[in-house]
Amino acid sequence: MPSLEEISKSVHDLLTTALPPVMALLTGFLIAGLLVIGLFTVLGLVLVFMERKVSAYMQIRVGPNRVGFKGTAQTLADTLKLVLKEGLTPSGSDKFLFNLAPFLVLITSMLLMAPIPFARNFQMWDLNIGVLYITAISSISVIGILMAGWSSNNKYSLLGAMRSGAQIVSYELSAGMAILTVVVLSGSLKISDIILSQQNGWWIFKGHIPVIISFVIFIIAVTAETNRAPFDMAEAESELTAGFHTEYSGMKFALFFLAEYVNIFIVCAIGAVLFLGGWMPFHIGSWGAFNRVMDYIPSSVWFMSKTFFLIFVIMWFRWTFPRLRIDQLLNLEWKYLLPISLFNLLLVTLVAIMGWYF
Amino acid sequence: MLSIFYFLSFLAILCALMVVVSKNPVHSVLYLILTFFAIAGHYVLLNAQFLAAVHVIVYAGAIMVLFLYVIMMLNLNAAVEPNKKSWLKIAATASGGLLMVVLVGIFRSAVTSGTGNPSQSQVGLVHNLGVALYRDFMRPFEVSSILFLAAMVGAVMLGKKEIH
Repeated sequence: MPSLEEISKSVHDLLTTALPPVMALLTGFLIAGLLVIGLFTVLGLVLVFMERKVSAYMQIRVGPNRVGFKGTAQTLADTLKLVLKEGLTPSGSDKFLFNLAPFLVLITSMLLMAPIPFARNFQMWDLNIGVLYITAISSISVIGILMAGWSSNNKYSLLGAMRSGAQIVSYELSAGMAILTVVVLSGSLKISDIILSQQNGWWIFKGHIPVIISFVIFIIAVTAETNRAPFDMAEAESELTAGFHTEYSGMKFALFFLAEYVNIFIVCAIGAVLFLGGWMPFHIGSWGAFNRVMDYIPSSVWFMSKTFFLIFVIMWFRWTFPRLRIDQLLNLEWKYLLPISLFNLLLVTLVAIMGWYF
Repeated sequence: MLSIFYFLSFLAILCALMVVVSKNPVHSVLYLILTFFAIAGHYVLLNAQFLAAVHVIVYAGAIMVLFLYVIMMLNLNAAVEPNKKSWLKIAATASGGLLMVVLVGIFRSAVTSGTGNPSQSQVGLVHNLGVALYRDFMRPFEVSSILFLAAMVGAVMLGKKEIH
């Protein structure tokens, strides 16, 4: 079976030989764009179904099981329903911003797809500030959310957007600190370098307790950044009906929904890259035979299984923990997570300087 | 390359004008965000990806979000904006124009220190910037960060309701 690396290389060779350079580049862009849109659709369908099944399992229910084989076509049917619904624009709203906001949120998650390594040497854009690029772009999605909340001209939407803004801006700090610990250890901001530095063991195993602490902080922070329970203050349905997307209906609502699930995938992919070695197979020191068996599993399978494991963890604690109050949420970040992650960063710097990792 | 530069400059100036002109404060802030993106694009053209990313994180991602936040919280909109007198508008335009004349005067005679092609410059790369900040300009860098820390502590103290 050819690997993704070989397929992309042969497609690239075909394009460069068959077409003039500019056209080849443009066709490459077009293929990449179509692949990203296809991935978005598939991820939306799979993750929504997964969430419903996981939540059903947690609550000892069956979950969707009527449409298609064992309910697998349920999300397809839901999407069809959303497409057919009328997209209302409330009167008294800022029409342009109201209609722009869902696309802004979706475009930011599309931009975040660029540096994600899906398999060995299979990455759209391996830029030399990869990790910073991710932090920069992910800080923009909050603008879309604030725009949506404000332009709806609805107090629930505005309150939801406010909470979301406060939450994302504050949790970005600890997420950034957690990312920095791995950057300090691997000594590079480039995603491919970070993965290659984990050839002889993933950072969560190599970096001892400091990296485990930053991994936990990272998972907490990204859950808050993607506005998911127990941090779903932005759309706490018992207080704010639906938060910043109260006024959205039909496909515009579906775009927010899709962006939320794609964002979960992206943050889990980044977590897998930073702490769990990306597409690197699992190796144990000198067990030659075991390591060789692990090498036979394709790198894309490794990457996807790590990412989906993290997604499962995030879904798991959505259905396990109760929702925090907004003041508790901000206290948790500013009084606990941020000091811990600052101190942890110093500790990791010490570990990296002294070479105390494996 | 030059056409991208002209496009970004045009975008930056247009959005900056719209910041001043638009009636609604929220629109002003959104135009300001666009201006910052155009400036980040200029950094990328100068091969300073690190500066571009930091610019987006700090200005577009954090400071402008706080601006948006405050403006939305105060619920400012076109209706509540006080009607300014026309002499005030003329005076503001005149003083802004004078400032521009002064700035143009300064930068016309300024020495353009760059050598060679600016898009090939290596100054803005992470490694070189790190060396410059932590080796060549170590002391000023640390002093300015202490200044920031002091400002932050001061803001917290001012924000407190009462001091026990």
